[in-house]
Parts: sequence; structure tokens; C-alpha cells
Amino acid sequence: MTAQDAAPALRRRRTRGWLPRVATGLGGILVLAAGWELYKLLGPDDGVVVAGTRILPRTTDLAMPHIWDMLARLGSGTTRSNRSEPLWFDVLEACITTFGIAAVGWLLGVAVGLGFALLMQRWRLAESALLPWIVLSQTVPLIAFAPLVRSWGARIEIGAFEWQDWMSVAVIASYLAFFPVAVGALRGLQSPDAIHTELFHSYAIGWWRTLLKLRLPASVPYLLPALRLAAANAVVGAVVAEVSTGLQGGIGRLLIQFAGQASGDPAKAWGPIFGAVALGLVAAGSVALLGALLKDYRREEVNG
Amino acid sequence: MTHSRRRLAAIGAVGISAALALSACSSGGTDGGGDGGGDLTEVTLQLQWLPQGQFAGYYAAVDQGFFEDEGLDVEIIPSGGDIVPQDALANGEVDYAIAWVPKVLGSIEAGANITNVAQIFQESGTLQVAWADSGIESVADFEGKRIGSWGFGNEWEIFASMAEQGLDASSVEIITQDFNMNAFLQGDIDAAQAMTYNEYAQLLETVDPETGELYQPEDFTVIDYNEAGGAMLQDAIWADAERLQSDEEYQATTVAFLKAVIRGWVFAAENPQDAADITIAEGSGWGPSHELWMVNETNKLIWPSPEGIGVIDEEAWNRTVELALATENETGAKIITEEPPSSAWTNEYIEQALEELEGEDLDLTGESFEEIEVELTEGGN
Repeated sequence: MTAQDAAPALRRRRTRGWLPRVATGLGGILVLAAGWELYKLLGPDDGVVVAGTRILPRTTDLAMPHIWDMLARLGSGTTRSNRSEPLWFDVLEACITTFGIAAVGWLLGVAVGLGFALLMQRWRLAESALLPWIVLSQTVPLIAFAPLVRSWGARIEIGAFEWQDWMSVAVIASYLAFFPVAVGALRGLQSPDAIHTELFHSYAIGWWRTLLKLRLPASVPYLLPALRLAAANAVVGAVVAEVSTGLQGGIGRLLIQFAGQASGDPAKAWGPIFGAVALGLVAAGSVALLGALLKDYRREEVNG
Repeated sequence: MTHSRRRLAAIGAVGISAALALSACSSGGTDGGGDGGGDLTEVTLQLQWLPQGQFAGYYAAVDQGFFEDEGLDVEIIPSGGDIVPQDALANGEVDYAIAWVPKVLGSIEAGANITNVAQIFQESGTLQVAWADSGIESVADFEGKRIGSWGFGNEWEIFASMAEQGLDASSVEIITQDFNMNAFLQGDIDAAQAMTYNEYAQLLETVDPETGELYQPEDFTVIDYNEAGGAMLQDAIWADAERLQSDEEYQATTVAFLKAVIRGWVFAAENPQDAADITIAEGSGWGPSHELWMVNETNKLIWPSPEGIGVIDEEAWNRTVELALATENETGAKIITEEPPSSAWTNEYIEQALEELEGEDLDLTGESFEEIEVELTEGGN
């Protein structure tokens, strides 16, 4: 008995090839770039201000550099120093660092989130005890939380193991990542119809086998969007935590460093912004690979 | 069945609380400052911001092996947006911290038990910059204007100088500044806060869209808080007051640490180009011209130090305390409400360090210090 037999009516319907999808994606980027340049060309220098609030940005080169200036800036050296690498290289290097940290945070968050979900599915009491706290946990502002984590981490030293600053960043990333997994996985584990759980029950099948054969496969459509959300959250968490704790080497650090140079070199500040965007896409895209592995269980994905 | 389920639930609940309790207490580790790798004493120094020329002397001391010569293995920890150096020190996360005096006075009143052991910057490096044609010539012209500040305690010099002119803090609109000068350049701020060693240079590295050339000093009116009367003491080295009291090893480490720091800053004064290169190698993202400007301007805030670098001038200290007690912000709050304890500063360690360096060929007062000319380039690259 598989999940597919349980719901044969729901079939995957994604049949389009990859080429049109890539073309659509590139087209979207082109439309965005064209919109940027068009607004820059036609919009007023001082933007649009309604009742003292600027609702559309200024169009000066300082506020909105030309697309081609930003791209050209990526190709030239980060600084004039002769040891300097091109900007795109430094951005890429920082992205890889942050990706690694975010990946650790994601794994940690997924493990914790799944653990919570299993606990809450198994015992109703745990659900009513934990779920409000899990929701509440996401209301703690990251800027208050980040220095605390670093502060705790700085005091951990177990034998040869010494807490590294990047671990604090990974922990903060996992803090954002575990939430969608915990909530999504719980809904997924609870998703089998009563008729199925009762069937298992009538066969006297225990909790473990029900979990493996029924609940886990049934949770996949809920889990995949949650994992993707967790990946995006882990990246955001890692970038913000890097800024917050001043960790060197990642994209968050480049963001504030080059933001400080944006007056004299406005295009430079956009380099790490593009990097951060690409990083988020790659992270969410990596989860799609996981989706391919679990395709037998996917059926229809459920958002939420 | 119900019974066992309930028991399981209870076990689960106990497990969860135990896990929470464990994770909360897992932090009781040790401080640095004890015996580290080999014969060197491990020391951590918390900065206020990213690596940059403002901290060149410390990086030079690492690079040139001055700390190692004193038997120290120093790790310099840059700060980010939300790391407050004096809090990190008071919490025992680091051994020393660099921070501005007025900000720390507030933390000391809030319970931080730390001591200023060396006043590195003699002068304040804060400026307020307006357009030359804005009609703002001095602090007295601030009334009704949009005044930029980074916040987080950086606004006190503005309010202190305004009080000198009889202006109330609520008579200006304080606008929080970003990491760059764009808000000023775009006209959202009438007078922007700028450090001599950083943001002021950023302005001079920006192309004037009207001329196509870089902005020149004559395009701006620069108000120097040292002249406006609201200047307070800035970069100082802070140590843990309790450990200074009871831990003899820490006292000795403090003297050794300060000796190496002095050598580092003397090195930066004599070799600004090398000091700038060292800072860039340590991860400062600025280009060579901006970094050299930073080192040079920082040197100008340190030297000359007539009593010897780092010695706290009691008069200047008292002046900062006085301003901290008197200055009100727009909500009527003050930095501190009572005099700081006597443990807030001491010259004991810096004087001992200077004494031990006396016979060497080092210019400890900066008598022979000469600033250099730095040519800024577009974008600070």
C-alpha cells in the first residue's frame, strides 16, 4: 500500500519541458530590467512624493544606477589595489561562504522542526504545549536575539571543541528555518484521512509502522513547500545574522561594507545585493532536487 | 492504555523542560586571558565596527608581532550592527574592548563594571557637514533643521553643542543616517554627521553631477565638535574592573597589552602606508586611498599626546562626564544621572606601560608626528 494507491485521483500534472521554463524565467528578469530603466528614464528625478511620503524612489544615478553600470561594476576590480579580485569574484566567494552556513542552519532547522512535528503528532499534549511557543518564537526580533546567541556561543568550550562565530550565525539561521518545517510537517503528519488511520488501527499496526507507511509519505506534499520556505528563511537568517554579529567572509558583511561605499560608488553596493538574491534562488532551487528524489510521493503540493 | 499514554506524555514534558534547561545552562565556560596555546597568553579585543583604518594600530601590533613580543596571542574581533563592545566586555566574552567614553558611561551606570585603561583618541573625530550654500555656518544655525546622526549614542555631541548655544534638543529634527552619505547628498538631511576619517572622505570621493568632478572641501561647511564645545572622548581601551582588582595576571597582561598597542600606534604614525596595507589585508573592504586617508586622520586624533599616548587627561575626562550629566536629548533623557564610580578610569596601567617603554627609541608623545597628504579617488576604491 502506497500513498499513490491511497489517492489515485491526484496525479502530477507538470509536463512542460525545461526550455520554456528557463525562457520564462529569463524573460521575467528582462522585463524587470526594462522596467527599471524605463522608470529611470521617465520618472522624475526626485521620485514621487505623496503627502510627505516617497512612494516611488528617486531616479538619480545615486539612487538607481543603470543596469549596465551595475553589471560593468561587477566585472571590474573590487578596489583599485593591484591585489584586488573582480567584484563578481568577491561576491561569489562570499555567497559560497554564506551558502555553507545557511545549509548547516537549514539542516539543523529541518532536524529540529521534524523532531517537534513528530513529538506534537505523537502526543496531543505536546502539541498544545509546544505549538504556541513555536509560533511565539518567531516574534522575537532577530537583532535582539543575535548578540545573545553569539554571547552564549563565546562561552562554550568543550574539550578540544571551541565554538566558532559562524556557528552562531548557523544557529540563528536554523531558528528561522525550523518554524515552517515544524508547522508544515505537523500538518502533513496529521493529513491522512481518518479512514486510513482507522484501517491501520484495525490491523493493529503500531505507531512506528503507521508513521513510516502512512504518515510520512502523506506528509511529503506539505513538507516540500515547508523545506523550500525553510531554505529561503535560512538564507535570510544567515545574512541578517552576519550583519548583526559582524561575521567576516559572508555576503551579509559585504552588504554593509559596500553600502558604506555607496555614495562615491553607487553601482558597487548592488553587487552583493544581486549575490544575495541569487543565493536565495539557489537555496530554494536546491530543495527542488530533493523534490525530484521524493517525486513518487509528491502528488499535489499543498501550500501552507 | 490511557494511563500509559499519560505517563508517556509526562515523560515527554519532562524531557522537553530538561532539554530547555540544559540548553540554557550550557554556557558556563571559561574566559580567555588564561594560559593559551604554548607560552602565549590568549587575549581577545572587541572593536566597535568592521576592520578599518580607525583600528590600524591594533592590527599593526598583531602584524608586526608586538603582541607576541609581550607574550600575548591577541585575537581582534570586529563588531557588526548589533554587537556593543562594552557589553561584550562586561559579559566576560572578551578581555578588552574599544568604545567611546560617553556610550560606556551610560553602560557603567546601567551596571557594567569596566574601566578605561587608555584614552587612545585625544580628540573627537565627529563633524557635522552641511552644503556651503545652506546658510548653516555653526551649531547655532541648527534650529529647525534636519540634522543627521547614526543614533545609538552618536547624537549626544550634537545635543551637547546645541545646549552650549542655548538650543533645546527638540528644536531640530534628528534623522537617522545610513552607512553612507546618500541621504545628505540627496537633500534629505541639512547637516549630516561625518567622521573625519570616514564619512567626510566619502563625500570627497563622490562625483558632483553638476561638474563631473569630485566634490571639493569648499563645497561644504564643516562643523568640528572640538570647536563647537560638545566634543566628548572617543576611542578608549576598556578593561574588566573586577579582574583588574583581583587578578594579578590580568593586571600584568593589561600592561603588556598596552605596551604592544602603543608600539602599534607609533608604527602607524611613522608608517601610515604600511598600516593601511595591513588593515586592508585584515579584511577592510576599502580601497587603498580611502584606507590611507583613514589611517592618517586617525593618527591626527591620537597625536600629539603631550602626556604620552593613552594617558587620560583628567580635565578632558571631567568635561565628558560633565556633558554626559548635563546634556538632554529630545525626550529629556540624559546619558547619566550621577557621577561615574572612581573605577571608571585609571592611568595606572598606561603609565606603567609608558614607563617601561621609556628608554626605547619610540616617540611616545608624537612630538615628531607629521600628517601626510592623501589624494582621494572616486568611490574610495
